[in-house]
Amino acid sequence: METALKKSELVARLRSDILALQGFRAPALGVKHDDFGLGPVMKAFPQGVFPRVGMHEFISQSAEQTAATSGFMAALAGKMMKQDGLCVWVGTRRTVYPFGLSQFGVSPDRVIFVDLKKDKDLLWAIEEALKCDALSAVVGEIKELNLTESRRLQLTVEESKVTGLLHRVSPRLSNPTSAVCRWRISPLPGVEDTVLPGIGFPRWQVEIQKVRNGEPGSWPLQFRDGSFELISESAFFHPYLSKVG
Amino acid sequence: MKRYVAIWLRHLLVDRVLLTRPELEGKPFVLAAKERNRVVVKASSRDALKLGIDPGMVLADARAVQPDLEVLDYDQALPEKLLGALAEWAIRYSPLVAIDLPDGLILDATGCAHLWGSETAYLKDIATRLKSSGYDVRTAMADTIGAAWAVSRYSRAFPIIAEGEQLSALLQLPSHALRLEAPVIEKMQKLGLYQIKSFIYMPPSVLRRRFGQTTLDQIGKALGTTHEPFEPIRPAEPYQERLSSLEPIQTAAGIEIAIQTLLEKLCERLVKDGKGARQAVLRCYRIDGQIQQVQIGTSGPSCRASHMFKLFELKVASIEPALGIELFVMEAPVTEPLANGQEALWDLSSGNKITQVAELIDRLSARAGTGVIHRYLPAQHHWPERAITEAVSLTDQPEIDWRTDQHRPVQLLAQPERIIVSAPVPDYPPMLFRYKGDIHRVKKADGPNRIEQEWWISDGMHRDYYAVEDEQGGRYWIFRLGHYNEELTAEWFIHGFFA
Repeated sequence: METALKKSELVARLRSDILALQGFRAPALGVKHDDFGLGPVMKAFPQGVFPRVGMHEFISQSAEQTAATSGFMAALAGKMMKQDGLCVWVGTRRTVYPFGLSQFGVSPDRVIFVDLKKDKDLLWAIEEALKCDALSAVVGEIKELNLTESRRLQLTVEESKVTGLLHRVSPRLSNPTSAVCRWRISPLPGVEDTVLPGIGFPRWQVEIQKVRNGEPGSWPLQFRDGSFELISESAFFHPYLSKVG
Repeated sequence: MKRYVAIWLRHLLVDRVLLTRPELEGKPFVLAAKERNRVVVKASSRDALKLGIDPGMVLADARAVQPDLEVLDYDQALPEKLLGALAEWAIRYSPLVAIDLPDGLILDATGCAHLWGSETAYLKDIATRLKSSGYDVRTAMADTIGAAWAVSRYSRAFPIIAEGEQLSALLQLPSHALRLEAPVIEKMQKLGLYQIKSFIYMPPSVLRRRFGQTTLDQIGKALGTTHEPFEPIRPAEPYQERLSSLEPIQTAAGIEIAIQTLLEKLCERLVKDGKGARQAVLRCYRIDGQIQQVQIGTSGPSCRASHMFKLFELKVASIEPALGIELFVMEAPVTEPLANGQEALWDLSSGNKITQVAELIDRLSARAGTGVIHRYLPAQHHWPERAITEAVSLTDQPEIDWRTDQHRPVQLLAQPERIIVSAPVPDYPPMLFRYKGDIHRVKKADGPNRIEQEWWISDGMHRDYYAVEDEQGGRYWIFRLGHYNEELTAEWFIHGFFA
């Protein structure tokens, strides 16, 4: 019995060691860990810690999804930048409107846009930006990314500890990459409200399709007053339906 | 033994005016400046001098002598500027050149004259070159600055004073030639001591009692018994480093080593002067006589060799060594004073951050070309295309806060795209619209939000913006251009996507 306990302790310790080596650091006791207000989504990550030292891959297929993903990434980057961080936004055909970022808690003047003319400079530029540890986050808009390239970027991130957010807009293949996490953000229709007209807060179906050492899942979230918020079931469904069900 | 040359540019300012305005040649003109509530002649042309208009005269008196006298402004800083430029030119004659205000130059010609053959040829060369460029010049050479000065100004005799002969050369000259103070000279005139020989043999104690210690010092300076300080000018050296190679260099590795060595030397100098390079040019001289040139620019003054090397590293591939490179020349043509570390002292992290990010930007723009880096600041416009303005530098701070009360999309199309809508009149949002072949049924909408053209910038129709949401939850920013016309048709556009 004792040996079994010891063994399970040992396994747990080894597991946490492996995670630490892979860049996940367990929150120190008593230290409030930064969860970016993601709330329930954090359960998907190993030990409930957002993998800052890693590359996150966002996939979107349509213009609507692209906009939703941009908003979600901006909100995440804003949480990482806090008050005085800097962020680099790399892309070739940028449609992101800097002014619009201010609604997601990002001061647009703290974002440096790199609008490359050639696609072949993209990977290089993203890697260079990730190497610069003065940045809080790097957002890259890239269409295709193979395993080798993603591995290289992931290694750069592990060295510099700058979070990489890669936005893949309608990629041809959804090939495996070595990103820590693969997200898909889709817009959700606003709440059915007869009292207040208008389109309301941004609402997304946040889906984690793959996460290293974690549990994938899907959550409806809305972004309200500078923080993420889980859309409760009652608000999500029609009031009448929820009464019946 | 030291040898000095004194150059006297007798009509420095007048000659300068004639060089820039040749039409004044042969006319009497003066340069005048205001002095204690009256205008005083500071320099007069040769024709004016002939009429008796001397420097120091009140302009009104000069006008009385010559009513059509041309009067030009006297620039107080000009003599020093002119002499500085002439002194830099005179470095061809001696590495040590000093300015002797108000109208002279002093050259330390020790060991220089033999390069021109003899001292006579040396002095003649200086005089002819200056005369041919339009300056009236007199020169003299002696063992001391004082003697050379005196002979150049006051002697008509042969201007080269042989070694140790200062005393005999000075004897016949007036007492002014010792550069004495005006009250001392006045006193000497009263006593009848018009020439140097009349007092130079007096015992020092007598001279000191009568005329003060400075007179003794001036005599000593002219004779060489007292040291006279000499302050040569230091021309600004260009930030340039050279590296010649024993064997012609053909490999990229060799070029990289050369760049690194040159940058280290250059940066060492830049650091010492507290400067940073904004531009650096590398010229590679090939053995076939061709010159290969690569250039980098930085977004802020930089004096870090490792950073500049990274920028050059991207360009090494574009250098064609062909048969080999025998000489590398690295130059920083544009430098700026380094920002003092004040901010860094206050806020260690952010000051350092800015440098690192600036270096990242340099690397990116070095490879991908200029104009790829953008940073935006808020502008006081409602028109969406003008609501942001590009920041010039990394440290520009927004003058106004970013507005969060305006609902603006996260994605904005570069050009609004036409859509086909069906919308109830007069001002309701559309019920459905067709964009890129898909029909979107509008479920929710905000608006209209009218944004007018700014008539002082451009004319055109206003836009009535609507934020709409379709069945799938996609959110769009669409607008109607202008008012409905009589046929109730209007152009509709999609301009952006909300998150």
